[in-house]
Amino acid sequence: MKNQRAVTFNHNPLLEKGLPAWRPRLVLLALLAGSVALAGRAAYLQGFNNDFLQAKGESRYSRVIAVPATRGRVVDRNGDVLAVSTPVRSIWAIPGDAQLTPPQVRQLAALLEMDVEEVNRRLTPGRDFVYLKRQLAPEIARQIAELKLPGIHQQQEYRRYYPGGEVAAHVLGFTGVDDTGQEGVELAHDAQLAGRPGARRVIRDRRGQIIEDVEAIRAPRDGEDVVLAMDSKLQYLAYSALRQAMQTHKAQAGAAVVLDARTGEILALVNAPTFNPNNRANLSGAQLRNRVLTDVFEPGSTIKPFIAALALEHGKVKPDTLIETDQGRMTIGRATITDVRRHGALTVSQVIQKSSNVGTVKLAQRFTPDEMWRMFDELGFGAPLGLGFPGEAGGRLRPARTWRPIEQATMSYGHGISATLMQVAHAYLVFARDGELLPLSLTRLDEPPKGGRKVFSAATMRDLREMLELAAGPSGTAPKAQVAGYRVAGKTGTAHKLEGGRYTNKYISSFVGFAPASNPRIVVAVMIDEPSAGQHYGGAVAAPVFARITEGALRALGVAPDAPLAPMHIAGQPELPRAVKENM
Amino acid sequence: MSGGRFNPLALAWAAVRPIDPWLLALVGLLLGYAYLLMMSASPERIATLQVHFAVGLGAMWAVAVLPPKRLLQFAVPLYLLGVFLLVGVILFGETSKGAKRWLDLGVARIQPSELMKIAVPLMLAWYFHQREGAVRVWEFIVACVLLAIPLGLIVVQPDLGTSLLVAAAGVFVIFFAGLSWKLIVPVVLAGVIGIGAIVGFGDTLCQPEFDWKVLREYQKQRVCTLLDPTQDPLGKGFHIIQSTIAIGSGGLWGKGWMDGTQTHLAFIPERHTDFIFSVLAEEFGLVGALALLGTYLLLILRGFYIAACAPTVGSRLLAGAITMIFFTYAFVNMGMVSGILPVVGVPLPFISYGGTALVTLCIGVGILMSVGRSRSTPKD
Repeated sequence: MKNQRAVTFNHNPLLEKGLPAWRPRLVLLALLAGSVALAGRAAYLQGFNNDFLQAKGESRYSRVIAVPATRGRVVDRNGDVLAVSTPVRSIWAIPGDAQLTPPQVRQLAALLEMDVEEVNRRLTPGRDFVYLKRQLAPEIARQIAELKLPGIHQQQEYRRYYPGGEVAAHVLGFTGVDDTGQEGVELAHDAQLAGRPGARRVIRDRRGQIIEDVEAIRAPRDGEDVVLAMDSKLQYLAYSALRQAMQTHKAQAGAAVVLDARTGEILALVNAPTFNPNNRANLSGAQLRNRVLTDVFEPGSTIKPFIAALALEHGKVKPDTLIETDQGRMTIGRATITDVRRHGALTVSQVIQKSSNVGTVKLAQRFTPDEMWRMFDELGFGAPLGLGFPGEAGGRLRPARTWRPIEQATMSYGHGISATLMQVAHAYLVFARDGELLPLSLTRLDEPPKGGRKVFSAATMRDLREMLELAAGPSGTAPKAQVAGYRVAGKTGTAHKLEGGRYTNKYISSFVGFAPASNPRIVVAVMIDEPSAGQHYGGAVAAPVFARITEGALRALGVAPDAPLAPMHIAGQPELPRAVKENM
Repeated sequence: MSGGRFNPLALAWAAVRPIDPWLLALVGLLLGYAYLLMMSASPERIATLQVHFAVGLGAMWAVAVLPPKRLLQFAVPLYLLGVFLLVGVILFGETSKGAKRWLDLGVARIQPSELMKIAVPLMLAWYFHQREGAVRVWEFIVACVLLAIPLGLIVVQPDLGTSLLVAAAGVFVIFFAGLSWKLIVPVVLAGVIGIGAIVGFGDTLCQPEFDWKVLREYQKQRVCTLLDPTQDPLGKGFHIIQSTIAIGSGGLWGKGWMDGTQTHLAFIPERHTDFIFSVLAEEFGLVGALALLGTYLLLILRGFYIAACAPTVGSRLLAGAITMIFFTYAFVNMGMVSGILPVVGVPLPFISYGGTALVTLCIGVGILMSVGRSRSTPKD
C-alpha cells in the first residue's frame, strides 16, 4: 500500500546532529530523577524501614493456633461413663469464595440436612465467615470434604455426649457449643475437665488455610476425668420411681436424693421434670431446675424428730414421757395450732409416730429460741452445703433473737424455716450415724471423710431410730414406706406451699428416711411438689417412692436384710402390714 | 532483501543482521526475570508465558527487519485500525471488572488500547515527518487532535493506566518535535499545583462528600489511598499495604527465589500482573530491585542513543517516544507498587503477565532496532 505522498528522507546536516540538545538533556534529567526516586524508595523500604515491615509480613502469615484438649469424662462410682466428648466437625464457609453450582449446593444441603434456600442464604456474599453447621458427625464431614467444594472449610471440635440421657441430667449439667461447662458438674468441675489447650505455630495464607505446621509450642493437656459418687443403678432407680410418682399424682415437680450413710456420698440425685442433655432444643426453665440443691421449701413435719432429739438429749423427756396434746388444739397468742387427728396424752415416741404438731410444739417450748437455733445451725440449716454446685441454695433460718413465740412454735414442725431437700437429707445423717454429721460429696471418696461433727449422742439417736421406725410402721403416718426384708425408718412431711407470702391449698409432700434401721446404710429423701390427683399427705405420696428406691438400692448395694421376709402367698396373715403387700 | 541466488548463510545473515545485540541482550535479560518471577508467582501460567515470548520475539524480529520508512507507512492504517477497534470496544466490548476493554475477535481476545501505545506515537511521528521544516502552532493543534481522539476513546472505557501511557507517548512525540516552552510551562505548572493541592489538602479532599468532578469516584479513591493507605487497610488500601510489606520484608538480599511469604501465601493481589515488582522485591531484595532498575536504565539509554543517531525526523521522534514509553511504563508501575504513585493499571514492561502488552513492547523494541539499523546504513 504505497502512499501517494512518498516519504522523503532528508539528509539535512542540521538534523543529523540529532535532537535539540536541551530537550534530551531535560528528559534525561527527569529520567534520572525518576530512577533515583524509585531506588530511594526501595532502599527506604528495604534498607531502613524493613524491621517494621518484616514483622508486619510475618504477622500476616505466622499464627499461633490453639490445639483443643479433649475434655475429661464424667464417670460414676463404678466407672460407667456419664459424659464423654466425641470428635465432631463444624462446617464453615467463606461466602465470597464459595461459588457453587446449583447441583453442588443441593448435594451440600442434603449432606448437611439443611434447606437449599437456607444454604444459599448463608452463602450470600458479604461476610467473610459463616458457619453452615456445627458439630457434624465425622463421617458426614468426610463426605463433604470429598466434594472438594471451593470456599467450604471444616474445623475440628468436640461434642459432649451423655449416654444416660435425662436420667442424670441435673447432676451432670451440660457444656456449651464451645465445649465449656454451663451447668451442673460440667460447670462445677470445669477447670478439672477442660484441660489446657496446646498451642502450635503455623503458617497461614490469606484465606486462612494452614499451609505449614512450624512448631508445637505447647502440647495440649487433656482434661481429667471426674469420678462422681453417683451410682448409675441407684440413679436410674430413683429416676424411674420419681417419674412414676409424678404421673400417678399429677405433680408439678419432684425430687429425690440417696445418700451413703457411711460416707456422705451422694449416690443418686434426681429431679422431675428433667431434660435430655443431648438435645437441648426447646428447654424450659422448669426442666433445668435442680430442685434438690437450688430450690428451698418448708420441710414441714420432717423437722419434728430433731426437736424430739433435742429434748431427749437435754434429758428433759424420755421416749415414754407423756405429753398432753389437748385434743389437737393449742393457742399461742392469737394463733391456733392444730393436729390432723385428735389425740389425748401421747408419749414422745407417739408424738413423732403420729406427727402431732401440738406435741412437738410443747417439746420445743422447753427450749429458748437460741438453743433451737443452735441445733438447726449445727444440722446445717440456713447455709449452703458447699458442694461446689452452681446455684446451691442455703435456705432460711432467721436469727434466734427475732423469733416470736409463735414462730418458735411453727418452726418446730417445719414452718417458717426453709431448706433444700439435700439439706434435710443431710441432717438425717445424724440419725443414721449415731449423731455424727458428715459433709456431703458429689464425687467419689477414696477413703471415709474426716471432720464429722457430733450433734447428738448415740443413745439419743438409738431412741430416735426406734421412733422413726414406728413412724414408718403400720401405725405411723407412713406405712407405705415399708420395704420387704428390711426395717426402714423415716418421717413424712406435708407442708402448705407458700405463694407470694401466703399459704395456699397446694402441698409439698415429702418423706425422709433411712434403712436398714438396725444398721443404716442409706438416707433417702423424696419430695413431690403439688400432687393433684387427690392425695397430698407425705405418707401417701412420697413414702411409696421412698420404699421403691430404698428396696432397689439396698438390694443393688448388697445390704443384708434385717427383717424376716414375710411369706408372701400365705392366705390369712392378718398381722402382715398392708403396706408390705402393696409393695410386693 | 538480498535477492539473487539461494545462499543459506546470506539468508541467515539477513535474518540476524537487523537485530541490535544490545537491545536483544537487555530484552532477553528482562524476559529472564519475567520467567523466574512467573515460576514463583504463578507457575501454572508458564506455558502460556512461553507462547507470549515466542510471539513477542517473532513480532520484534518482523518489525526490526523493516526499514523505518516502511514502518512509517504503516502509521495511518494502523492508527485508523486502532481507532476503529476502540469504537468497536465501546459498541461490542466485553465488560470485565467494571470496565469495557476487551474485544473478542473470535480467534483471540485483544485489548485495542494496547495497540494505540504504538500506533499513536507512530502516527504523530509520521505526521511531523510529513510537516518537517514547517512545524508551526497549527501542526501542534492537529497533533493534539490526533492524540485526543484515541485518548478520549480509552478514557471512557475507562482505563486510566493505558490512557496515561498513550497520552505520555503522544506528548513525548510532540515534545521532541519542538513544542514551545510557552505551552509546556503552564501545563507543567498546573500539574505541579494540582498535585501539591492534593497532597496539601488531602484530608479535606478525600472526604466522601467531596466530589472531584474530573475523575471518577474510584480514581479519586486511588489517589486518596496513596496519601493514606491505612485508612481502609482491608479495602482500598489493601494492595498498597500488602505490596509495601512485601517490598520492605525483602530486605537487602531478599527472602530467596520461591520463598516470598507475601507472594506464596497469596497476600499480594495481582501478583503475576501489575504487582509483580513486589514479588521481585520480596524474593530478591533491594539488590534485585536495583538490578531491574539498572536493566531498564540501560535499555532506555540505548533507546536514546538510537534516537539521537536517527537520520530522519520521523524515525527520531519514533525512537525517542518509544524509549520514553518504556521509561513511563517502568516508572509508573514501580512507583505504584512501592507506594509513591497512585494505583493505576500499568504493567511492568516485559515482566508483568499479559500477551498483548508484551507483543506491543516487543514491537516497540523492534522499531528501535529498525531505526538503529537505518543509522548504520545511511545509504538505505
